[in-house]
Amino acid sequence: MSSRTTEKAAFLIMALCALLVVLPVIGIVAYVVAKGAPAISWEFVSAMPKRGMKAGGIFPAIWGTTLLVVGTAVFSVPLGIGAAVYLSEYAPDNRLTKIIRMAIVNLAGIPSVVYGLFGLGLFVVFLGFGTSLLAGSLTLAVLVLPVIITTAEEAIRAVPQDYRYASLALGATKWQTVRYQVLPHGLPGTLTGVVLALGRAAGETAPILFTAAAFFLPRLPTSPFDQVMALPYHLFVIATQVPKMPESLQYGTALVLLALVVIAYAAATAIRMRLRRR
Amino acid sequence: MARLGDRIAEGLVFLAGGAAVLFVALILIFLLREGLPLVRYYSPIPFLTGAEWYPLSGVFGILPLVLGSLLVTAGAVAIALPLGLAVAIYLAEVAPAWIKDVLKPTIELLAGIPSVLLGFVGYAVVATVVKNVFGLPTGLTALTGSIMLAYMALPTIISIADDAIRAVPDDFRHASYALGATRWQTIRAVTVPAAASGILAAIMLGIGRAIGETMTVWMVTGNAAVIPTTILQPVRTMTATIAAEMGETARGSDHYAALFAVGIVLFVMTALINTGADLVLHRMKKKYE
Amino acid sequence: MDQRIEVRIVGVSLYYGKFLALRHIDLDVPANQITAIIGPSGSGKSSLLRTINRMNEVIPGSRLEGQVLVSGQSIYAQNVDVVEVRRKVGMVFQRPNPFPQSIYDNVAYGPRIHGIKEKRALDDIVERSLRRSALWDEAKDKLRKSALALSGGQQQRVCIARALAVDPQVLLMDEPASALDPIATLKIEDLMRELRQAYTVVVVTHNMQQAARVSDWTAVLMPALDRAGELIEFDKTAKIFTNPSDKRTEDYITGRLG
Repeated sequence: MSSRTTEKAAFLIMALCALLVVLPVIGIVAYVVAKGAPAISWEFVSAMPKRGMKAGGIFPAIWGTTLLVVGTAVFSVPLGIGAAVYLSEYAPDNRLTKIIRMAIVNLAGIPSVVYGLFGLGLFVVFLGFGTSLLAGSLTLAVLVLPVIITTAEEAIRAVPQDYRYASLALGATKWQTVRYQVLPHGLPGTLTGVVLALGRAAGETAPILFTAAAFFLPRLPTSPFDQVMALPYHLFVIATQVPKMPESLQYGTALVLLALVVIAYAAATAIRMRLRRR
Repeated sequence: MARLGDRIAEGLVFLAGGAAVLFVALILIFLLREGLPLVRYYSPIPFLTGAEWYPLSGVFGILPLVLGSLLVTAGAVAIALPLGLAVAIYLAEVAPAWIKDVLKPTIELLAGIPSVLLGFVGYAVVATVVKNVFGLPTGLTALTGSIMLAYMALPTIISIADDAIRAVPDDFRHASYALGATRWQTIRAVTVPAAASGILAAIMLGIGRAIGETMTVWMVTGNAAVIPTTILQPVRTMTATIAAEMGETARGSDHYAALFAVGIVLFVMTALINTGADLVLHRMKKKYE
Repeated sequence: MDQRIEVRIVGVSLYYGKFLALRHIDLDVPANQITAIIGPSGSGKSSLLRTINRMNEVIPGSRLEGQVLVSGQSIYAQNVDVVEVRRKVGMVFQRPNPFPQSIYDNVAYGPRIHGIKEKRALDDIVERSLRRSALWDEAKDKLRKSALALSGGQQQRVCIARALAVDPQVLLMDEPASALDPIATLKIEDLMRELRQAYTVVVVTHNMQQAARVSDWTAVLMPALDRAGELIEFDKTAKIFTNPSDKRTEDYITGRLG
């Protein structure tokens, strides 16, 4: 075989591999949409479950996930952006900073179920929050923290050095420079990271298994110390734990979860596109 | 006055900077706090080497769980490595712009699909396919888990390997072209070897991702806590064991402590893999700076 | 000389880590005059300029020996606030660097961070500053438009207005026209001559014609063998360009060096 023919064959195989990655993803999305769409109705997304979850809607699960995501955001966003500002604007090039970076890398690699154990040990048991919205939100907040720090730091670092110098040369303090130039101009990129991180939090199951999620609740939660139902856990439950579950309900729930993630993803992409156009 | 506000704000930012270290420490402390009491009931050697996991009888040998995790992960890497590497090279060196525009968002979307959703699809679709193709009594096997995990590890492997290949300076490629090499020969002989350490890091991070994955493997691997002999039988991973059994334990019991101890083992494994990958990546960055 | 001295640089040496960038510079900058700093690239012109508003300190590892006095006050003394120094000593950078905000917000940035909140006051400052930077007529109808939509020369004049808005005594200009076309350059030079009446201007330039055209005084920097910048001559611009006393100055301005 000539080297040209070998090259063509190699490139063809690579293109096929790419297809092998893309097609299943499109397949999964199309399959879930096709099988789930018939189940979607106003009642499905707005009503309580009925007859042992075999009928009715999944509103408590949607609501629970919403609350968890809001809780996660409250704890993780200020902390994550603060850490990103520290690393990008203040951190000296020394051993402590290296340790911080190492910790972030490790935090990002810890399995989600281990976060669940940690949340159980610290928030549920030690701090006495019980299995609750609060404990679940805190656990998820720690889980998404490295994602937020990393993306926010990247966005903040991308703010041109010129702006910092111009601001300092006008007699602004370092913090004024951070507050009025660096943060606003790093905001769109930071927001992209935040949205993606919260999308991830919405889809996580293992960290909330022992910290927040309830198999079934007859009522909506009324306080941060209440348990909540959550969309991903609900999907797990009706897919594997409840016998004779109507298939349409399973796919309908899967579709709502997928839609949530796709919306987060689309929002993040839209922010990024706007950012690029500027 | 304004300066006092500055100081307070900066103080908060400094505190936030240390948060990651604090949380890693807290995670370790609380895993140890809840997991170490296991030694009161069960000694570490049989825990790490025992071949039987019968929690209700107080027998906590995690070997089947570790082997289950390793088997599913090895299978996933065997699938994801060639596939991911091919796609990474394709993205970095070969693909025209419009294909990249399709490929990259799709891979990002794949990374964003919740594991429980992939587990659901694996349970409902892939397991059936595996069952029928191999004529098995059940499709919930290690192989099914490996297939699903391979796709979950792919985004990590592809994006890091892609970065590594892109980081290879063009000088190398041009030198190779100038000697009359084709693009493929250049990729094989120059670009990929030059990016080897980054690709290694990609594989390591892919392994880290796969070994820690919980929901998907829990849903599709059948969860039999026996030492596996083939990839076509059900297995139970460490992650799935924790997820499945924690709900049934009493706080402070031997079983509860044993599950935290499994968490410690998982934590140590992933920390080693991720720290190793990070070191490899740093060395690579230094090389081209 | 009966000239009042606005900026007095006394025995200044500047290090970046171990590298000596400026060696023992003594320079008296007269008030309400334009002083040009010229010299081949790498001679430390920008570094010297930045010692006057302590912007050298934004580079990690930089260290200064000696003293710099502005209006008779040492700006490196222990109890001096760097923020106050930079308020008194404004700076215009080589590349026009307006913030990606409106023209108005750019000019009002300095006054705002220094605590002026009242809209009327800000409006006045913005108008006055833009008039002084000769941009008012062109910009008054689009104050709310992004400064980035302006031409390069206009952007640079926004940056000058922004610097003037905090009412500095000294204005430092680091090759302010090097990124601009010839017409915009001439406008900036006209503007510099105007500004001289109210401010002390120090300008770094690699363009000798420009130094000859606009400045009253010229300082010539030259790198020594160890690459540290040294001040080899400082005098009236007319004297430097017609009858320099140092042979190296003559070589440099006649194009034999740098």
